[in-house]
Amino acid sequence: MNRPEKPFRRKLDIKNGRVDLSHGAGGRAMAQLVADLFVAAFDNDMLSAGNDQAAFDVSEGRMVMTTDGYVVSPLFFPGGDIGSLSVHGTINDVAMAGARPLYLSASFIIEEGFALSDLSRIVGSMAAAARDARVKIVTGDTKVVERGKADGVFISTTGVGVVPEGLNLSADAARPGDKVLLSGTIGDHGIAVMSKRENLTFDTEILSDSAALHGLVAAMVAAGGPGLRLMRDPTRGGLAATLNEVAASSGVGFKLEEAAIPVRPQVHAACEFLGLDPLYVANEGKLVAVVAPDHAEAVLTAMRAHPLGLDAAPIGEVVADDNRFVQLTTAFGGGRIVDWLSGDQLPRIC
Amino acid sequence: MKFVDEYRDGELAKKLASRIAASVRPDREYAFMEFCGGHTHAISRYGVEDLLPANVRMVHGPGCPVCVLPVGRIDTAIRLARNPSVTLCTYGDLMRVPGSNGTSLMKAKAEGADIRMVYSTLDALRIAEAEPAREVVFFAIGFETTTPPTAVAIKLAEKKGLNNFTVFCNHVLTPSAIQNILESPDVRDLGTVQIDGFVGPAHVSTVIGTEPYAFFAEEFQKPVVIAGFEPLDVLQAVAMLIDQVNEDRHEVENEYTRAVTAEGNAVAKAEVAEVFELRRSFEWRGLGEVPYSALKLKAKYAAFDAEARFDLQYIPADDNPACECGAILRGVKEPAECKLFGTVCTPETPMGSCMVSSEGACAAHWTYGRFRAASRVKRAS
Repeated sequence: MNRPEKPFRRKLDIKNGRVDLSHGAGGRAMAQLVADLFVAAFDNDMLSAGNDQAAFDVSEGRMVMTTDGYVVSPLFFPGGDIGSLSVHGTINDVAMAGARPLYLSASFIIEEGFALSDLSRIVGSMAAAARDARVKIVTGDTKVVERGKADGVFISTTGVGVVPEGLNLSADAARPGDKVLLSGTIGDHGIAVMSKRENLTFDTEILSDSAALHGLVAAMVAAGGPGLRLMRDPTRGGLAATLNEVAASSGVGFKLEEAAIPVRPQVHAACEFLGLDPLYVANEGKLVAVVAPDHAEAVLTAMRAHPLGLDAAPIGEVVADDNRFVQLTTAFGGGRIVDWLSGDQLPRIC
Repeated sequence: MKFVDEYRDGELAKKLASRIAASVRPDREYAFMEFCGGHTHAISRYGVEDLLPANVRMVHGPGCPVCVLPVGRIDTAIRLARNPSVTLCTYGDLMRVPGSNGTSLMKAKAEGADIRMVYSTLDALRIAEAEPAREVVFFAIGFETTTPPTAVAIKLAEKKGLNNFTVFCNHVLTPSAIQNILESPDVRDLGTVQIDGFVGPAHVSTVIGTEPYAFFAEEFQKPVVIAGFEPLDVLQAVAMLIDQVNEDRHEVENEYTRAVTAEGNAVAKAEVAEVFELRRSFEWRGLGEVPYSALKLKAKYAAFDAEARFDLQYIPADDNPACECGAILRGVKEPAECKLFGTVCTPETPMGSCMVSSEGACAAHWTYGRFRAASRVKRAS
């Protein structure tokens, strides 16, 4: 009796192989990459069905949807990699609506010549991050571009989730008198990534804070209910950019206390010699919440009871201000603005 | 963080501020120029103004290397970068400084020029070693602090036998700029700018020491207090300057004793003296041509001099006529007095150099301090 033909004659050489143009060409090589690498790692029924889309039932209530592209350099950094980041980042964008994230899609743009071992490591890290977060990666896409047309791999992920009944968090909801709560130390992710940048390598024990925040969010929603006005995760542009965005959307100002904002001593030190301000450095596992004053204490207690909110702190409050300034009382005792970031944060030269 | 947090202590600041408040005479105004952009930045970043009495005013000086570079020098760098064989290495701050006709290094890079941002002179040297087919030019700017590293890089390039590494030298000298300000009609004859003393340079003085300032203190009868770049340093320096003014003294005092000595850094000075010599004159934005105020490479290092290698001719160019950077750099005007400030000129779209560097008076005032003007307007209305 003849044995049925194997779908692929040779196994994918993950140890020594490299991505070539055929892996994105729609033929058998691409099918093998998808089956042996992506489907095997993400391992769920919807993806295994092999359709061009994922089908799922829509639950009651409001759904939220978000999308994000990941181009981090270097691809692997202390505390994470582009894979885990592309899962955490998109989950967090869903979660900031107070939503429970359900499903992700993932689209890969891979540069010709990229090592399959690195790709496998990245995909494994995505799968682990999704599994830990109990979120499924249910559909995806793969493209390969010629050498020099990308930088290793770029990943885009889209996420959907559901918002509990009655919750309506929005950037325009901050009101004068509201309290500002921060879930922990700022600047960890940006400094961890920068410590591995070419020409800038320095030794630090700082790990990226990359983490999925929906568990923390659920605890805050349970404690704060209607008193929660809005939540944001301060990624690119840091806490400064996030609060300026909220100030613009809500038509208010902020007054912050520098001494109340938690910063790790190592991050403080790295910022010092790089000429950076931690307020502008990216985070990937922190959130800032604006809460009605009479709910602030309950929400803060809930944050501190969660492993991702141990260092949570009240850092200031919302004030009426037609100029929409984010103001800060420095630890030194003076006042200043925390403005939008202009250009990239560059080290001072003398 | 040790050796940093001590100099930003809010409790000490409060005590020092009340000492200053008790020492000022209510019947007079005090105006002190902080020469360095590093001080300007510290004053704005930490809100030092809020701890000073109303009759003590800080005047921002020209000590920001990016700010004082004239348009013509930026134009030259852009011309150089457009040479297809050239890789121009520059500090990030210079990328957005406007040249003539709305150009900048940033725009030249977008148009295809090979311009790379580096963090140190040695990064540029590494690029030259790694890419022997490229003419690698380091766009060197800065005061006495950044000159020794440039000298070291040139000597290293010579030792390694690199023939594709050159320096476009724009290093300038602090004492000549201070002298120029003190001799300007605004300060000396017209009295339009009141300067009762100087907060002297921090990092520059670690190299040149305190001795070069003795001349100003004596000749122009202005006290100089050399101070570190931390906010408590500045506050302490202001306290010392007020004491000198009240006691009618004009001495060079050193607040920054943890880093600055009378003679400075002999090794660094020797390196600089070996590689560089004085230019007869150099154009500064704001100050115009200032005699013997900048350095060039000595003839024996001509092989590493981009001006010689590429036969660069200096073509002076005008600032935007509405831009007040010049007057602001001399302390004659404040940022808010410029019509462009905050209207068409912001850190996102700078029209003048003072809005580019975080050490520039306009950028510091816009980024950190503009709420003060807003609250003054509110109080007045």
